[in-house]
Amino acid sequence: MLNCKEVTRLVSQGLDRELTFGERTALRVHFVICQGCRNVNRQLSFLRRAMQGLSAAEDEAGR
Amino acid sequence: MPEDFRSQIEGQRAYLLRFASLQLRNTEAAEDVVQETLLAALAGESGYRGQSNLRTWLTGILKHKIVDAIRKSSREMAAGAFDDDPDIESLGYKFKENGHWAERPAAWSDPDSALEQKQFLAALEKCLKALPERTAQAFLMREHLGLGTDEICKELSVTATHCWVLLYRARMALRQCLEAGWFGKGAKG
Repeated sequence: MLNCKEVTRLVSQGLDRELTFGERTALRVHFVICQGCRNVNRQLSFLRRAMQGLSAAEDEAGR
Repeated sequence: MPEDFRSQIEGQRAYLLRFASLQLRNTEAAEDVVQETLLAALAGESGYRGQSNLRTWLTGILKHKIVDAIRKSSREMAAGAFDDDPDIESLGYKFKENGHWAERPAAWSDPDSALEQKQFLAALEKCLKALPERTAQAFLMREHLGLGTDEICKELSVTATHCWVLLYRARMALRQCLEAGWFGKGAKG
C-alpha cells in the first residue's frame, strides 16, 4: 500500500508521464480513503490550469 | 514590405519579453533571447508564410532560444550531485513516521473563480519567483514552455528521476505558497 507521501509524488508524476495501470489503481484506492491526498490531487491539477491561465493572460495583455 | 514586416515583429517585442522573463527570471537574459529571436525572424522571414499567427510563429522561435540559453547556463552550473530526496517536509508538509499525513492538506474553496482574478495570477507569479532557480526552471519548462520531461532532463543534464523530483518539489512548494498567500485562512480572496 502506498503512503500519502508516495501518493503525492505519484500524483505529480502523473502530470509528467503516463502512469501504469497498477499505479493508477493504487491511486484510486488511496483516494477513496484519503481526503488529504484527494485535495492535493485536485490542487496540483488546478496548478496546471493556473499556469495556462497565466499564459493566456500574457497573451491578452500583449495584444 | 520588409519594413512592414520589421515593424510587425517589433510590435511583438513586449509580449515576447514578458514570455521570456517569466522563464528566465533575469531581465538581461530575457532581452538577449528576444533580440536573438527578432533577428532570427528577420533573417528567416521567408519561413513565415503568414499561415500561422505571427505571435505563435515568433513564440516558437523564442522557445528554442530560451532552451538554448538554459542549456548554456545549466552547463555553467555546478554539475554536483543532485539530491533525489524531494524533502517536502522542509516546505512545511507534516507526515507521520509511516508516511501518512500528520497534518492533512485542506481543500481550497472555489479555486476556479480565482483563475479569473488578476490578483490571483499576480500571486502565482510571486510564488514562482520565490522558487529556487533550478526548480523554477524545470517547472516553467514543463508548464510554461510546454516541454516534455525527456527534453527538460536533457537540457538540464539531469536524470529522469531527478527531473520528476524537481517538478514534484516545485508543485508542492507552489501549492504551499498559494495556500499561504491566497487560499489559506485569513488570506484575501
